[in-house]
Amino acid sequence: MLHTTTPQLILSIATHFLVPLAIAPLFPGIINKVKAAMAGRRGPPLRQPYLDIFKLLRKTLVISNTTTWIFFAGPLVAVGAMLAVELLIPIGSSPAPIHFAGDVILFVYLFAAARFFTTSAALDTGSSFEGMGAAREVSFAVVSEAALIFSLLIMIRFSSGLSLNTLLLAPFKQGSVGPRLMAAVGLFVFLLAETSRVPVDDPDTHLELTMIHEVMVLDHSGPLLAAVQYASSLRLLILINLVLLFIGPPHTGIPILSWVLFILEASATAVLVGIIESVMARLPLRHVPTLLAAAAVLSGLGFILALR
Amino acid sequence: MLLAAIILLPFLAALPAAAVHSDRLRPWIVFAASATHLFLTAAILIDPPPAICGGWIGLDPPGELVLLLTSILFFICTLYGTGYLRQWPGRFNRVLAPCLLGFLGGATLMTCSQQLGLIWIAMETTALCTAPMIYFRRTPESIEATWKYLLICSVGIAIALLGSFFLVYAFLVHHHTPGLLFSQLLAHARDADPVWLKMAFVLLLIGYGTKMGLAPMHTWKPDAYGEVPGIVGALLAGVLTSCAFLAILRIMRVCVAAGMRAYTGHLLIAIGIFSMAVAAVFLMGQKDFKRMLAYSSVEQMGILALGAGIGGPALYGALLQMINNGLTKGMLFLSAGNIHRAYGSKSSDDVHGAVRREPVSGTLFMIGFLAITGSPPFGPFVGIFTILKAAFVDHLFLLGAAFVGLLLLVFLGMGRTVLAVTMGRPLPGRLYHTQFRDSFLSVAPPLMLLALILLLGLHVPAPLVKLLHQAQRYIEVSP
Amino acid sequence: MAWLVNAILTMVLLLNLFLLSVSRMKSLISGVALQGIMLSILPLLLVKEVDPLILITALVTAGIKGWTIPRMLDKALRDVRIKHEVEPLIGFIPSMLIGAAGTAAALMMTIHASGLHHPKSLLVIPASMSTILTGLLLLTTRFKALTQIIGYLILENGIYIFGMLLLAVVPFLVELGILLDLFVGIFVVCIILNHIHSAFASLDTRRLTSLKE
Repeated sequence: MLHTTTPQLILSIATHFLVPLAIAPLFPGIINKVKAAMAGRRGPPLRQPYLDIFKLLRKTLVISNTTTWIFFAGPLVAVGAMLAVELLIPIGSSPAPIHFAGDVILFVYLFAAARFFTTSAALDTGSSFEGMGAAREVSFAVVSEAALIFSLLIMIRFSSGLSLNTLLLAPFKQGSVGPRLMAAVGLFVFLLAETSRVPVDDPDTHLELTMIHEVMVLDHSGPLLAAVQYASSLRLLILINLVLLFIGPPHTGIPILSWVLFILEASATAVLVGIIESVMARLPLRHVPTLLAAAAVLSGLGFILALR
Repeated sequence: MLLAAIILLPFLAALPAAAVHSDRLRPWIVFAASATHLFLTAAILIDPPPAICGGWIGLDPPGELVLLLTSILFFICTLYGTGYLRQWPGRFNRVLAPCLLGFLGGATLMTCSQQLGLIWIAMETTALCTAPMIYFRRTPESIEATWKYLLICSVGIAIALLGSFFLVYAFLVHHHTPGLLFSQLLAHARDADPVWLKMAFVLLLIGYGTKMGLAPMHTWKPDAYGEVPGIVGALLAGVLTSCAFLAILRIMRVCVAAGMRAYTGHLLIAIGIFSMAVAAVFLMGQKDFKRMLAYSSVEQMGILALGAGIGGPALYGALLQMINNGLTKGMLFLSAGNIHRAYGSKSSDDVHGAVRREPVSGTLFMIGFLAITGSPPFGPFVGIFTILKAAFVDHLFLLGAAFVGLLLLVFLGMGRTVLAVTMGRPLPGRLYHTQFRDSFLSVAPPLMLLALILLLGLHVPAPLVKLLHQAQRYIEVSP
Repeated sequence: MAWLVNAILTMVLLLNLFLLSVSRMKSLISGVALQGIMLSILPLLLVKEVDPLILITALVTAGIKGWTIPRMLDKALRDVRIKHEVEPLIGFIPSMLIGAAGTAAALMMTIHASGLHHPKSLLVIPASMSTILTGLLLLTTRFKALTQIIGYLILENGIYIFGMLLLAVVPFLVELGILLDLFVGIFVVCIILNHIHSAFASLDTRRLTSLKE
C-alpha cells in the first residue's frame, strides 16, 4: 500500500468507493450527447441520467401479482454486485481496498451473479417477451464471457499472483503489448455486449422483438427501475475502467491528478462508444454470436501469443 | 547450345503458329517443330552436351528418358494432329496449336532443368498451357473440367512451391546455404535437418503428385481426360504425368542421399497401392471409355510410384513402365478419339461394335487395352513383371500379392467396358450422324505406337537398357 | 524490427479469422487486399539492408496483391452480378473456430519445435501455417467460384509468408514465380469465370456436377 497513516487510508478508500458511485451516471449521458451531436441534435443535458434516476426514485412501485421476491431481488442484487465489484477492482491507478489471492474469480462470478438475478427476475414475470430477452442474454453471455476470462488469463500470464490489484496494475513487459491490446479489443466488444450497446443491442429501441437487455426490465418501475439504471451505468463505468487498465494505467503518483486523468480517459472511451453507436447499424440478431465469438477468439489468440 | 535450341524451339515456333492465319498451315508448323524437336533429341542423346546456364539446364539420365518419350510421343501425336485439326478450323485450331507447342516447351524445360525453382516453373508452364486445351470444345462440361483442373492443379502447384521452400529451409536449419541446384543439394544432403526434409518430401509428393494424378489428388483427371480431344489426352497421360514423376524422382534422389531411402520408399509404396486401389474401384462399371482411360492412368501412376518405392530393379521397371505407359496411353487415346468421333459418344451404352465399324481403330483400342493391363507380348508386361519380380525378390510377398490382385481387378473392370465398346454390333436402331471413317492420318500414328510397344515387349534395345540402368543408379545415388 | 514483423503477422492472423467469419463478398475482397499490402511490407523489414531489388519486389507485391487482383475480383463481382453473400458449407462461427484452433495449434507447435533457423519468437511459421489453413478452409467450404479464388489467394499468401524465411538465400526467381503464377492463374480463371457465367448463368460451383461418377 502506498498509504501509511490511517486517515489517509480511510480517505483513499472513501475516494475509491464514492467517486465512481458519484460519476457513474455521467457516462450514459456522455454517450447520448455524442450520439445527439453526431445526428446534428442538441440532445439531453449531461445530467439527464441523474435526473431520470431521481425522478424514478420518487415514483411509486407497481408490482405485478404474478411475481415473487425474485422479481424484487433482481435489480437489488445487480446493484449490490456492482458495488462489490467496485471494491475489488483497481480504478484508474487507485488500487482496490479489498484484495486477496483469487479475487479475480470472485470478480467474474459477481458479474455472473448479477446476470443470473437479472434474468431470473425477467423470467419471474412470466412475460414471453422478457423470457425471450433472458434467453438471449444468457446464450450470448456464454460466448462473451469467454472473452473476459481469456483477457484475465493474459494478465495472469504477465504478472505474478491472482489478485486483481497485481494483475491489472502490472506494467507493460517485453512481448505483452500485442496480447494486451488484443485483449483490450476483445474486452471492448464484451463491454458493448454487456452494456447493451450497438452493434449488439440497441438501447434506444422500443421494439421488444429485437431487444436483449432492455426487454428484460420492461416490468420494473419506480425505484426498482432506478436501481436497474444505476446498476447498468455502474457496470459501464467498471468495464470502461477494465478496458483502460488493459491499455495501460496512468501512473502519476498524485491521487487527485490520477482521478482527473481517469475521468478524462473514461469520458474519451464513452465518446468512442457514442461514435460507434452513431456510425454503425445494429447487427442482425443471428450475426451477434459471430461478433462475440470473434471477440472471444481474439482474446484466446492473445492468450496463446502470451504463452509463447 | 543444343539444349538451348531444343528448349527455345517450341516457344519460338508457337509465335508463327499463333500468328499465321491459315488453318491448314498451322498444324504443319506444329508438326515441323516437333519433327525438328525429335531430330534435336536424337542428336542430344547420341552425344550429350554439357550443362549450360551455370548448371541450371542440363540433362541427367532420367531426364534423357523423359525427353525421349516426350519427343517421340509428341512427334506421333502432332502427325495425328495434322489430320485431326483440319476438322476444327478457326478459333479452336488457333488456340490449340500454340498451346501444344507451349506444352512441349514446358515439358522439355522440365526434363532439362537441374534447379529446384526451375522445375517448378516448368511444371507451371505445362499446367497453364494445358488449361486452354482442356477447354478446347467450349461445352459446359469442358468448362467444368477446366475449372476443376485449374483449381486442383493450382493448389497442387502451390503446395509444391511450399515443399520447395521447406526443402531449402531444411538446409538452412543447420546454417548451410547450398544453391538450388540438385547437385548442390545432393552434396550437402547429409547436413539437412531430417524433420524438415521429411515434411518437404511429403509436400512435394502431394504437389507434384497432383500433376501426376496419384490418388487421392487424382480427381481432376477423369474430368479432364474425359473432355479433351484424343491428341491432348495422349499428351497429358504420356508426357505430363512422366514429367511430374521425373520431378518426384529428382526430389527423392536428394532424400535418398540424405539417408531417407526407407522413408520415401514407404510413402511411395503406400500412395502407389492406394492409387491402384482407387483406380480399380472406379474402373468397375465405368461406362465412359475416356474416363476409363483416366482411371487406368491413375492405376499406372500407382504402379510407377510403387516401383520407385520398392527401389532397385523395381525402379528400373518403373522407369521402363513410364515409357511403356506413355506410348500405350498414346495409342489408346488416339484410337479412343477415333471411336469417339465415329460414334459421337463416349459411353459404352451407345458405342458397340467398334471393330466392325472402325476396323483399325477398334482393333487398336482392343490391343491397347490388353497391353496396358499387362498382357504379353507388349511393353507394359515387361515393366510390370520387372516390378513384381523385384517385389518378390525383396520378400515383399503381401505387397506382391496385393499388386497382382489389383492388376486383376483393373483388368476385369476395364475389360467389361472395352469389350462392350469394341465387340458386338453397332446398335441397329441408332443413326450415327458422323461421316468419320478411319483414314491414313488417323490410324498411322497409333499404328506406329503399336509397333513401338511391341518392340519394347519383345526386345528392349541395348542403348535403352543402358540408359535405364544409368537412370536407376543415378536416382539411387549408387556409384 | 522483430516486434514490427510480429505486429504485422499478428494482424495477418486476425485478418484470417476475419476472412473466415465475414459474410459479404466485398469485405472478403477488401480483406484479401489488405492482407496482401501488409505482406508486401515484410520483405523490407526482414533483410538487413534494403536493396533496390527488394524494394521493387515489395512494390510489385503490393501492386498485384493489394490492387490489381482485388480490382479484377471486384470487377468480376460487379460484371457477373452474383449475389453478394458468401455461401458457406459450414457456418461462419464453426469455420472461425476451426481457423482459431488451427492457429492455436500452429502457435503451440512452434513453442515446442526444435530445429529452427530463425529466432523462435518470430511468428513467421505459425502465421504462414495459419494462413495456409485459412486458404484451404475457404477453398473447400465455400461454394462460389469467386470465394474459392480468394481462398487460393490466401493460400498463396501463406506460402509467401513462409518464403520470407528464405528471402536472404533463395534467388528471386522463386519469389517472382509466385507473382507470375498468381497473376496468370487469376487471369485465366477470370476468363473462365466469364464463360461459366454465360454457360450456367450462375457462379455456383455446386452446379458444376455434370461430370461425376
